[in-house]
Amino acid sequence: MYLDNERRPTLTPQLAFRVAVVGGVALVMFAIIFFRLWYLQVLSGDSYVAAAKDNRVRSIKVQAPRGEIVDRHGVPLVENRHSFSIKLTPDKLPRSSADRHELYRRLGKLLGLKPARLQRRVERELKALPYSKPTVKQDVGPNYLAYILERQDEFPGVEPESEFLRLYPHRLIGAHLFGQVGEVSPDELKDPRYNGVSMGDRVGQAGLEAEYDRYLRGRNGAARVEVDALGKLTKTLNRVQPEQGEQLRLSLDLNIQRVAQQALAGGTGRGAFAVMNVQNGEVLALGSQPSFDPNIFSKPISQKKLDALSSEDLGKPLFDRAIQGGYPTGSTFKLITATAALESGLITPSTPLNDPGFLEVGDQKFENAGGVAHGTLSLVPALTVSSDVFFYQLGRDMNEKGMPLQLWAHRLGIGRKTGIDLPAEEAGRLPTPHWRDTWFKKHLTDRPWSVGDNVNLSVGQGDLLANPLQMAVAYATIANGGRVLRPRLGMRIEDATGRALQQLDAPTARRVKISAETRNAILEGLHGAASAPGGTSTPVFEGFPIPIAGKTGTAEHVGKPDQSWYVALAPYPNPRYVVAVTDEAGGFGADTAAPMTRRILAALFDVKENGLVQGGGAPD
Amino acid sequence: MQASAATAVRDFRDDARARLLRFDPLMLVATIGLIASSIYVVGNATQDDIPGDPNYFLYRQAAYAGIGFLLMLLMMRFDYSRLREWKLGIYGFLIASILLVYVVGVSARGSKRAISLPFLSFQPSELGKVLLVVSLAAFMTDRVRRLNDRETTSRLVLLAVIPAMLVLGQPDLGSGLVYLAILGSILFIAGTPWTHFAALGALAAAAIVIVLIAAPAVGVEVLKPYQKDRLTAFLSPGENQGKEAYQINQSLTAIGSGGKTGRGDEATQTKLDFLPEHHTDFVFSVVGEEFGFVGAALVLSLFALLIWRALRTLTIAKNFYGALVAGGITAMLMFQVFVNVGMTIGIMPITGIPLPLVSYGGSSVITTLIAIGLLQSIHAQARETAAVKRL
Repeated sequence: MYLDNERRPTLTPQLAFRVAVVGGVALVMFAIIFFRLWYLQVLSGDSYVAAAKDNRVRSIKVQAPRGEIVDRHGVPLVENRHSFSIKLTPDKLPRSSADRHELYRRLGKLLGLKPARLQRRVERELKALPYSKPTVKQDVGPNYLAYILERQDEFPGVEPESEFLRLYPHRLIGAHLFGQVGEVSPDELKDPRYNGVSMGDRVGQAGLEAEYDRYLRGRNGAARVEVDALGKLTKTLNRVQPEQGEQLRLSLDLNIQRVAQQALAGGTGRGAFAVMNVQNGEVLALGSQPSFDPNIFSKPISQKKLDALSSEDLGKPLFDRAIQGGYPTGSTFKLITATAALESGLITPSTPLNDPGFLEVGDQKFENAGGVAHGTLSLVPALTVSSDVFFYQLGRDMNEKGMPLQLWAHRLGIGRKTGIDLPAEEAGRLPTPHWRDTWFKKHLTDRPWSVGDNVNLSVGQGDLLANPLQMAVAYATIANGGRVLRPRLGMRIEDATGRALQQLDAPTARRVKISAETRNAILEGLHGAASAPGGTSTPVFEGFPIPIAGKTGTAEHVGKPDQSWYVALAPYPNPRYVVAVTDEAGGFGADTAAPMTRRILAALFDVKENGLVQGGGAPD
Repeated sequence: MQASAATAVRDFRDDARARLLRFDPLMLVATIGLIASSIYVVGNATQDDIPGDPNYFLYRQAAYAGIGFLLMLLMMRFDYSRLREWKLGIYGFLIASILLVYVVGVSARGSKRAISLPFLSFQPSELGKVLLVVSLAAFMTDRVRRLNDRETTSRLVLLAVIPAMLVLGQPDLGSGLVYLAILGSILFIAGTPWTHFAALGALAAAAIVIVLIAAPAVGVEVLKPYQKDRLTAFLSPGENQGKEAYQINQSLTAIGSGGKTGRGDEATQTKLDFLPEHHTDFVFSVVGEEFGFVGAALVLSLFALLIWRALRTLTIAKNFYGALVAGGITAMLMFQVFVNVGMTIGIMPITGIPLPLVSYGGSSVITTLIAIGLLQSIHAQARETAAVKRL
């Protein structure tokens, strides 16, 4: 039946050959496999061991808390708060878009966010910073954290990250100084100032946080952990503790800052102030009204809220009027006019000038405020009663070759940055013939420079733009006899316990030559203005125990209320502090700015006051 | 001739015990060695896979091995020549069982390959490997006098390509390729003329061109995209960042990091799940990582021993049918070992072919043990015949 089957096949040469072929193939294959294994395991084993280690070991950044910022007495102004944020790790997200969509849906449901918006935001952030870890939500509660950690299978690529957020315990007080902290930008990473900072680190983005970032930022720690293929942590291998940043001690005095802000808030609600030591430039208080609560910036803020913080209607709370504002300063500028006139030799302290109540220059008629006529007077009484006509004449006479008024204003820091340790300072504007003529050529203004411009400048009107800090610096320069100080807030770097690590040296002051005669005459005039009968602010400082030298100022704005100014040096005759205050719509200097200054001075010299001082006095 | 065969057959019935003693001890050693390695490695690699049940895979693999071993012993005592008479039934069962999967199959990872049975999910395509060997060998034996006939070759090709295409549709690319390897070896051992092989080779080349290049170009995708990725990923694992390249890279890292003597319990690629499919398709990578070159060489040596004994069985088979079955089984083992191991060391594409006896899986282990039982049966009967002749 099975004929062939029954035959015991002799091993025909053909079969033998074919079996040999099969055996040969097997031999070759085994040889290839053995050599390949030898190559992989014996010759290059080490590199694969490294690769396996790479696979399982992850380095997790442990964010270092930033250093705190304290005031001159060590009271914390900026602290840290520990929080958790939820971040996404892009390479662990699901690959298919349907799965990703599902993940966003789940996340959105959990966190109460719209999935589509969440996805858009994440994708936008990833596009901007390709290898970053986009934040889904900051500052989440511990229950969310546990929920996500326990369900890593449902939330692939979603990881909580421990984060320190800034906390501002005094809220509105000093808000403009600190600036914000935010993730380092790709451009900043290229800057040598940010050496040692890596992607995703948070650095100071404005204000003191940016200025002193290299001290404040601290050193991030790291944890080396073993993870499995799903990224689940299996064990911690070792840990490098993060080092908190160093503490920054400011020259700021929280108490004075608070009093000053409260004083400003009692005015029309828009203004600024600067309080500085006239000898070393230490800033004791510096603020702008209206203020804001910087705590809102420790979480992502909606564009609507951000817009509101910059809106004109609400007085642009984010705008720091103390260093960015640009205003005519009114009669407070007369100190500079006086200095220029005396030092350029135009007048001496005893040169008499007549004040008939007005001055005609060409076809323009300049009048005293309120139309009063002060008669013939010299510099000191002219400062005391704030005779405009006296200074109009100086302005008119200094409109000559060399422009001594502009020269001296420039020397005293008008139209240039003070150099304070804050990044966003504005220089303002000192009107000069060159400036106006250039503008005129560019059709930015309707006329070239004329002597009237100099007359206006002599009393701080017209095109002048200056801020309270610049005025404080100019006054301090007269008070200290010629050192143009660079105001500074940072005093020293300390460790977390307050032990000094590094003194932030006072920057060398620029010197201008001002004779003692000039200084004394001006201080005497200003002292009279705050204490002598007829002085513009004498009523305001009645009964104040500390002798002061102070000047009122009223800057006129077309179509708007007058701006109130006051700059005081105290104690007279050897001042330690300068206080410059302005209220954008406060009327006469004596009406609002002077009483505010009195409150600040009371805090500075620890004077117990009974009730609030009323403003009032002569127009200036 | 007929008479002597009848005597021989009667002899076996009289003395089954003697026949059992004529098995190939070296082949048995290799089989037991591989099964033991499998239980040890699978058990070790899957300790953490199912929380609370560390020995789940260990016990199951041991049970499959036990069942398979019993079936192997049974096959050793079985007169394999009877299978030739049942060729139609066997072939019919092969096709039917594969088709059944399409009807009642259970899905696992995107493919329907198995039928759910009480104890194991049974994969007809695995058992199909041995069924195809015995039926194909039988059809070939029937036409042994017309080897040069083109019709013989084309019939065989058709008989093998039908089940191959059916399993490819499940989709189970690996088993389909094994079927083709079996076909090739049976044709080859039977003595099909080289001209036929040349024609078949040309046909295969044309098919590959059509499947990989021409058909996609006109918008017909024969292979699923992942299958194409798998087949081509090993060519450039560094550049390709897909899942396939990931698997190859993890496998290379596992094997490479094993070094000379292995990482033992430090085998993090396996333990931390970086290595995919570490108890099934990539079990050899686990061997390489945990036991290093020494362990991998040992396992390969056992396979070499097994294949050598299988080839030897081929040469001594008492009849043409036995030789063809032995040839088919040899090819089935060789192909699976080389393609699987080659895949783990990055010189072969990923095709989803298990490592015979070592990879976890009831269908594969049991099928392989049945095949080895057949080999033993061929071996025993060959020696029996030789003994009878000597008398």
